[in-house]
Amino acid sequence: MTAPDAVTLAVLKGRLEQIADEMDATLYRSAFNPIIAEARDACHGLYHATTGATLVQGTKGLPVFVGAMAFAVKAVIDKVAVDGGLAEGDTFLFNDPYDGGTHLNDFRLVRPIFRNGALFCWIASVGHWIDIGGNVPGGFNARATDSFQEGVRIPPVKLIRAGEMNHDIVAILSANSRVPVSNWGDLNGQLNALALGERRLGELLDTYGEATIASAFDAFMARAEAMMRARIAALPDGTYSFEDFLDNDGIVDEPLKIALDLTIQGENMTLDFSRTSPPCAGPLNIAYSTAVACCYVALKHVFTEVPANAGCLAPITFIIPETTLLAAKHPRPVGGYTETILRAIGVIFGALAKAAPERAIAAPFGTINALSLSGKRENGNAWVMFSFFGGGLGGTPASDGLNHGNNAISTATMPPAEILEAASPILFTQWALREGSAGLGEHRGGFGAIYEIEALTDDTSAFLLGERGRFAPFGVAGGSAAAFNRFSWESDNGRLEPPMASKVTDVKLRKGQRVRLETPGGGGWGPATARDPERVARDVRQNLLTPDAALRDYAVVVAGDGTVDLAATNALRAETRA
Amino acid sequence: MTRIVGVDVGGTFTDLACFDTETATFSVAKVSSNRGDEATGFLEGLRRFGAISDLSAIVHGTTVGTNALLERKGARIGVITTAGFRDVLEMRRRDRRETWGLSGDFVPVADRDLRLEVNERVLADGTIRQPIDPDEIAAAVRELLARGAEALAIIFINAYANGANEHAALEVAKAIWPNDYVGCSADILPEIREFERASTTALNAYLQPVVGDYLARLEAGLRSEAYEGSFHIVQSNGGVMSTATARRLPVRTALSGPAAGVIAAAAIAEAAGFSNVITADLGGTSFDVSLVAGGEPALSAQTTIDFGLVVRTPMIEITTIGAGGGSIAHVDAGGFLDVGPESAGSRPGPVAYGQGNTRPTLTDANLVLGRINADKPIGGKLARLDVEAAMAAIAHHIAAALGLDVMVAAEAIVRVANEKMAGAIRLVSIERGHDPADFTILPFGGGGALHVGALLETVGLKSALVPRYPGITSALGCIIADIRHDEVLTVNLALDGLDPARLEAPMQTLARKARSIVETAGLPVERIDTQVELDMHYVGQTHTVTVPLPIRDGEAVTAEMIRHAFEIAYGKAFSRLLPGVAVRIVTLKVAAIGRRPAFDLKALAPAAGGSTADAARGTRQVWFAGGMTTTDIWARLELPVGSVVHGPAILEQPDSTIVLEPGLTATTDAFGNLIITRG
Repeated sequence: MTAPDAVTLAVLKGRLEQIADEMDATLYRSAFNPIIAEARDACHGLYHATTGATLVQGTKGLPVFVGAMAFAVKAVIDKVAVDGGLAEGDTFLFNDPYDGGTHLNDFRLVRPIFRNGALFCWIASVGHWIDIGGNVPGGFNARATDSFQEGVRIPPVKLIRAGEMNHDIVAILSANSRVPVSNWGDLNGQLNALALGERRLGELLDTYGEATIASAFDAFMARAEAMMRARIAALPDGTYSFEDFLDNDGIVDEPLKIALDLTIQGENMTLDFSRTSPPCAGPLNIAYSTAVACCYVALKHVFTEVPANAGCLAPITFIIPETTLLAAKHPRPVGGYTETILRAIGVIFGALAKAAPERAIAAPFGTINALSLSGKRENGNAWVMFSFFGGGLGGTPASDGLNHGNNAISTATMPPAEILEAASPILFTQWALREGSAGLGEHRGGFGAIYEIEALTDDTSAFLLGERGRFAPFGVAGGSAAAFNRFSWESDNGRLEPPMASKVTDVKLRKGQRVRLETPGGGGWGPATARDPERVARDVRQNLLTPDAALRDYAVVVAGDGTVDLAATNALRAETRA
Repeated sequence: MTRIVGVDVGGTFTDLACFDTETATFSVAKVSSNRGDEATGFLEGLRRFGAISDLSAIVHGTTVGTNALLERKGARIGVITTAGFRDVLEMRRRDRRETWGLSGDFVPVADRDLRLEVNERVLADGTIRQPIDPDEIAAAVRELLARGAEALAIIFINAYANGANEHAALEVAKAIWPNDYVGCSADILPEIREFERASTTALNAYLQPVVGDYLARLEAGLRSEAYEGSFHIVQSNGGVMSTATARRLPVRTALSGPAAGVIAAAAIAEAAGFSNVITADLGGTSFDVSLVAGGEPALSAQTTIDFGLVVRTPMIEITTIGAGGGSIAHVDAGGFLDVGPESAGSRPGPVAYGQGNTRPTLTDANLVLGRINADKPIGGKLARLDVEAAMAAIAHHIAAALGLDVMVAAEAIVRVANEKMAGAIRLVSIERGHDPADFTILPFGGGGALHVGALLETVGLKSALVPRYPGITSALGCIIADIRHDEVLTVNLALDGLDPARLEAPMQTLARKARSIVETAGLPVERIDTQVELDMHYVGQTHTVTVPLPIRDGEAVTAEMIRHAFEIAYGKAFSRLLPGVAVRIVTLKVAAIGRRPAFDLKALAPAAGGSTADAARGTRQVWFAGGMTTTDIWARLELPVGSVVHGPAILEQPDSTIVLEPGLTATTDAFGNLIITRG
């Protein structure tokens, strides 16, 4: 079978991506919990029958899942190889982070697609369920020292056997969650998505035949590989090293180093993380599959035009030893995996900035700030408010960083304050940009945010898993770092902050007391004194920068009416350079 | 004399359609638009039908609002918000521009120093925790005026649940503000989600001076011509509204022009016996499709004009992809052919226009294949199209890279573009649970008819219908469109144990309000229909499904009726119902629709007489399916009712070219429409 002609390939690419996109959209619309429905913490795609390699991904799927899904499908393939008995109409379910997962909240559904009695490929769905047991409602237990404290681990099991759902498994899941109805709704949403994907793919196979589509898959991979090789070859050969730190693991108050030696050799790239800190006691470890997935995310943000399939990883060698916290084994806790992968992504940006300054991206805010508040209503019912919070993105050669963006690993939108207030007895007293939080630069970073939340009932508990309390998002190409993450709360003994910077569990609040989260901006790109004085003055007029800071940090003199005093500015900048 | 004129002002041309209800005759006109001085072209176009004072009604589809949003040319606006929330417009929903890539910033329509905070607070259940201080509001209003604000938006948190604080602040502001451009979010969109409500309210203020000034210029022009008839505006929902309403709610004109086209398309198809239609508008840079099922255009609740600019108001659902006549074909680094989204637009335009672009476009491919007549360019601005240049561009950029013959490469460009258009059609049909085999594709605007034959085959549509005058479809829609007004309200009611009175009361209030706006709009209607829809979900979900409520006059609403309707709607959208899980009514949506007297579309039909043979214009070599084919050329407008033409054929008319693939047949129906079917 020769490859389909160029036109058929272009046609099939669009048709297959549309299938994955529709699966994503179906789950977003029918999911129960806002982490999927609003924050789009989900992903769908088509995977290779024997290797599990990613064949096709949607264009909107959560970036970090896009990289991890191939490992998930491979875990099912390995299980089938041992157990046998794969049949049409089967669907596997699991959340095992150490076997192709990420953390326990992420539930994968993997379904074989049969044609004429033979396995043709797999389709899969992953979504973040809101609670699967463990010590902390919603997961994200900053104090976990092993996996058992983080929730219930489900290995790949047949949820559906030849079309028949095993409700015993659903019962086990329900009995182990604080919010079984929400999980049941999300599971059904994922099944909706798989049903739709199976139907659409079947129609396409009916039209084009298995052979044509199989060879199109090969062509897509070859294409992605060729593009990635071309992009790597354009970078100068050499080894580029970069490192950054996590504040601590929530248990032991010591910084954790994420170190990368990135080597370009012709059209090949090696990502060597050997110098990274060893596995840690707290939940900041990640599994090998998660580490590879986050490398994929970082590269895709830099080389945006390379298609999302396994081919683009072919020219890349990963060195991620088990002696580091980036290749953790069970039962090391991994609930804070987002923080570690955000730091690793930043480290890749930092190393690539040295190799290709013209593409350099300053560090985004780099923490998800998983903040939950919980308590009991007057009628005795439990409530949980849970969300991830935004911050500034880094400056780039093209523009300032975006104010209040989402993290590089996600495309999540934030639940509105009004939805959160309608659902839980809390009140936002502030939801604002955080002045002074952006890294300085010719293109400054975006601004982070301040969220202040008041408890409307007594006995409210607050939990936070965040980072960047001690190591700020870095600038590149002469730009400077952004502000630290800060968390504080009102207590009967005055305003308090967590001893572990941005990680704390079970802070008690009385009615009327507030917690306050101040998130970092993004790092700056280029030297601040090269910034266009008009843009500095605009920030002053917008109350994002004081005239004093404009003078001190940017060497720009802004007059009382908010305009630039150009003569004074030029003189000052000439003096600064001299 | 009762003559009604529809006016569609586009970027290049202003199209007009005039219908005389006494003689049941129809005439059209086309004049140049003048960007920034649309009134001149508007009046010049009207004069084509005789003295303007002799006209009785004018209905206008406008892109003034759309352009002001896209080009960021609205007013300088001031915003007054709840303490702690002044940055909502700038913080958005914490999204970013693209899934992949972290570049790009965002500037909101209201500058930060023009967004002032005041002390007030409403809780989620509508309780007022802190009332406004009128003196503080007055000081903020004066401060914004001093800083140069031309329009004012008052946006308080949780105002959807209780608008009392906003309304109190609005009264204070109105007493001070020097013009009518003052509004509050509870009046514009009383719906939960602060960013979407704030964005819609702010964009409304942003457009008020622009649209207000524009309407004032048009009205002054009409007055100077002693015009005494009515003057109305088409809204994004496809209904018309008074200019008073348009001044108050200009954000509802965001999709005015295209919405009118969809309304006309629905009416033309319905008259011709087709109630399921997919409309297709192929422009220079984009391809817009809409779905009409059972005669009713699909509506969407919200659209994103540009990153961070969200308008939430019921509007005709228009799905846009970046594939137009000017879309550039290219071979990417992986060796794959693609068309768009980069576009040469209409300036410099396709290579064949000779205006400086050297990269081949979709139009160039159609030209090289012989589908477009090089000697008769549409629009009439160019004398001839440069086929050789187009061919050289395709040879250089596409054929060489792919190792294909230049004609095969040109055909490949068209095929890839057709697939993109087919994808958009699948998106609006299959994804919404409709079978394309039940649908007819209806192209309007100039370019769509080149591709409908191919789309018919690729998507598996039932047939295609090419209106007699594709270029004036939007103007025609202005004449046909009903009067419509929509109201929404977030109610948040549990379905279990529902006290129907808690739904009935706001439903009656909204219905009365909407009907009175339709009644006072000043155009004759045969009757006013009220439609009620509920946005509902299972408790725990955040997204909703829209549930039409089948209420007959005098019939009481019951929880059971609502549950039944919900399960039908949910079952249609998703494969699995969730028995036992609680259901909630989130938002109440009421529309009042004033049905206009029927417009007899037979007025568009060709005059009696004439023969098919007289419409023949010889043959031309056109490339189809891998080879040059001797192809019949027809003068489309000369084809008589009942004539049948077989593909391969090209049908030409001043504002459009129709490509009839081999194996397709085109019949001219009693309305002058061309009905294309297989066989």
